[in-house]
Amino acid sequence: MTTNDLPPSLRAAATPIVIVGHVDHGKSTLIGRLLYDTDSLQDGKLAQIVESSRKRGLTVEWSFLLDSLQIERDQGVTVDSTRIPFHLGGREFVIVDAPGHRQFLRNMITGAADAEAAVLVVDALEGAQEQTRRHAMLLRLIGIRHVIVLLNKSDLLDFDQERIAQAETDVRALLGRLEITVEAFVPASARDGDNIASRSERAPWYTGPTLVEALAAVPAPASRLALDFRMPVQDVYRFDDVRYVAGRIDRGVIRAGDRIMIGVQGQQATVAEICRWHAPETPVAGAGESIALRLEPDLVPDRGDLLFPVSGAGEPPLKTARIRTRLFWLRSEPLRVGESFTLRLSTAEHDVTVASIDAVVDLDDLTLAPGEEVPPDGFAEVTLVAAHAILFDPFAPGYSDGRGVLVDRFQRIVGGAPLLGEAELPEGTHAIHPTASRVTALQRRALQGHEGAVFWLTGLPGSGKSTIARLVEKDLVASGVRASVLDGDTLRAGLCADLGFSPEDRRENIRRAAHVARILAESGQVVIVALVSPLAEDRALASQIVGEGFHEIHVDASLALCETRDPKGLYAAARAGRIPDFTGVSAPYDAPAAPRLRIDATGSPESAAEALGSFITTRIA
Amino acid sequence: MSLATPGVVSPRAMDDLDQLEAQSIFVLREAYRKLRPLSLLWSLGKDSNVMVWLARKAFMGRVPFPVMHVDTGKKFPEMYAFREEYTRKWNLDLMLGDCPPVEEIDPSLPPAARSAARKTAGLASLIEKHKLRGVIAGIRRDEQATRAKERVFSPRGAGHRWDVRNQPPEFWDQYATPYEDGMHIRVHPLLSWREIDIWRYIERENIPLVDLYFAKNGKRYRSLGDQDITSPIDSDASTLAEVIAELEASKTSERAGRAMDHESEDAFERLRVAGYL
Repeated sequence: MTTNDLPPSLRAAATPIVIVGHVDHGKSTLIGRLLYDTDSLQDGKLAQIVESSRKRGLTVEWSFLLDSLQIERDQGVTVDSTRIPFHLGGREFVIVDAPGHRQFLRNMITGAADAEAAVLVVDALEGAQEQTRRHAMLLRLIGIRHVIVLLNKSDLLDFDQERIAQAETDVRALLGRLEITVEAFVPASARDGDNIASRSERAPWYTGPTLVEALAAVPAPASRLALDFRMPVQDVYRFDDVRYVAGRIDRGVIRAGDRIMIGVQGQQATVAEICRWHAPETPVAGAGESIALRLEPDLVPDRGDLLFPVSGAGEPPLKTARIRTRLFWLRSEPLRVGESFTLRLSTAEHDVTVASIDAVVDLDDLTLAPGEEVPPDGFAEVTLVAAHAILFDPFAPGYSDGRGVLVDRFQRIVGGAPLLGEAELPEGTHAIHPTASRVTALQRRALQGHEGAVFWLTGLPGSGKSTIARLVEKDLVASGVRASVLDGDTLRAGLCADLGFSPEDRRENIRRAAHVARILAESGQVVIVALVSPLAEDRALASQIVGEGFHEIHVDASLALCETRDPKGLYAAARAGRIPDFTGVSAPYDAPAAPRLRIDATGSPESAAEALGSFITTRIA
Repeated sequence: MSLATPGVVSPRAMDDLDQLEAQSIFVLREAYRKLRPLSLLWSLGKDSNVMVWLARKAFMGRVPFPVMHVDTGKKFPEMYAFREEYTRKWNLDLMLGDCPPVEEIDPSLPPAARSAARKTAGLASLIEKHKLRGVIAGIRRDEQATRAKERVFSPRGAGHRWDVRNQPPEFWDQYATPYEDGMHIRVHPLLSWREIDIWRYIERENIPLVDLYFAKNGKRYRSLGDQDITSPIDSDASTLAEVIAELEASKTSERAGRAMDHESEDAFERLRVAGYL
């Protein structure tokens, strides 16, 4: 259903139109003129413009209407986007004015992102300039479907048919390269009013629409009702013992009784009730409505969980941890590979890392080239990697799908990242991506006289791993080596306090330890990890996470010996059945088949530490 | 999923008010989720009544955070009576804030703006007292050109200043929530509403109002500030329908009766940068 299909009693929402273009190509003048010609000014406004112009000794300046902030007048540029309603026939529009000044791109996006159509203002004499290309690129990335080009100041070409045709060819060629279709090309003069609301007498040859006619032809927003149901959970409330799952429907329709899936976990529930307050009771809701659901069973989804139909009912969303995006970058420092952000996708937040910058747009000729970084206000194709698979529908102009936004650790929005689809995993890599430290391993080595590395001590409980690690650490530090220990009990007291001893939790414990070790090693530390890490496959995971510089060390003592030592009384407790899943007693231990070093731990801890110490020294030199 | 399946109820088509309402509910739910402690500025005027109403829509009939009235002591008696009645009827958790005497306000401001700035000071002390991170305010873009520049989530730095030249990007319903000590976010759920939308929504939802908005003896208030700096307009509109008809025919600015908007070209912007709504 489109707005045009609404019953006559229903008013359509205003159509937002964004006006963009290079600085001084006449956007503000155009808007002032448009409001005047369509009689959309409030009674006091015209007098204000005349008065302001008179004070400055000028004839009427249409742009004063918008430059309503003192600072803007002082600078002569429009600082921020602003919105002005106006009527055209029976239809309501909202004009969004976007500044042409280059560093204010973020303000332009703020104004333009939900526009239905754009007017790109191009100076007839100057033609497309840097910001014309930049704004056109942005129109494409934010998904504006309907673009009107206004060739402003056409009086400077004397409204000459041939010269205007040439200008039109140039602009169409440029926009064609961005896959933007020009819906109308209007030669005009905003200052004099030619082809704005009334047909220009200076261009009798022109048979196309005036700007006002072109705006009236902007189609109504695409309907999202016929698409598969999607609702990202915004929040979950419990009021008077009733649990409400609140959110706004992105697309599709939901009815009481429908079966839905919840988020990436895919739990299923039935919609028991669609709840609203002070609204007609109806067991159905459609795209755009902010509602609350009661679910049966009474599950508690998380904010950000996507609700979608159970399998078999329509297309499921994509599910991947590697995402191709087309990015526009708003931070004043460049974007580099290895940087981490929060990816906001509707109400969901995901930790992501920039895995690769696949292509950067050259704004001089709009070509794509490989690049190391994305400059401020730049555009690029970028691969993001999330910590876990995420659910999304690919970005499509005119819909709310796949509207990714990057947020830094200060909760600042630093870029837009329309999600295009799943990224191919490059050959021979695993899903870990080095951070782009500006300090090279070589510099660190020169500074501290050794390299960073990880020495992973595995062995039965009571074999002496922690004791040996602490002794070696002391010796290494004494000889000027930056060494530190990650031991099992310390990790479980803090970082891993939420984990138990099930195989899954042990694996997670190891995964976290490996990541911490990797970060420390990359910053030049010699890391000695002391963890039972009983399973070969979990140690393989650690080795994979750490990558180069991982050394597996087997602290080898027999079960009988360890049980005799039993320094913490754990074996006794395990034998008595008070500790389930105890390695060596009630859980398996896979001794390493081919460790880099096997330490005989039957003797004194001091001699074991000495053996380990000399091994480490040879490996970090 | 076909909309035309016989016997299956289709969703109600959304008109412009439905869309504005859905967007405002979304914004209020974002604020409640992201900004705690949170409070809503209830000026007792038509816009803030609509806002309280929208909060009840968002949270199934209740307002799950306190509302604030910054009391200049100069409101109309009808407004105080309204406050008492609806605090009770709507079950609101009302916090009152006092304003400093006018003598303590920047004497370089023109007189009416100086009087309005008392409210800013009163609000500032409430924000500090309750360590608020979010303040919901009922401003609209169509009210005043400076407000047209606003964000839905508008960060206020230390001293509650509005850095109009360095506002965060805001698009695709993603709102910046930067936080440092001393900052708060002004949340503007009504930013996209126009005056006429407010009135049509009040009519549709039957939202109660102070009757100063309706004409008596050829005068009515279009906007309600303090008694001493707000003047009524000439009007015979004594019902909601008549007010709506009058607005549809009029192009006069709503705040034409607010003295501080007209004292000098930059008076209102100076007020806003310093924390006025």
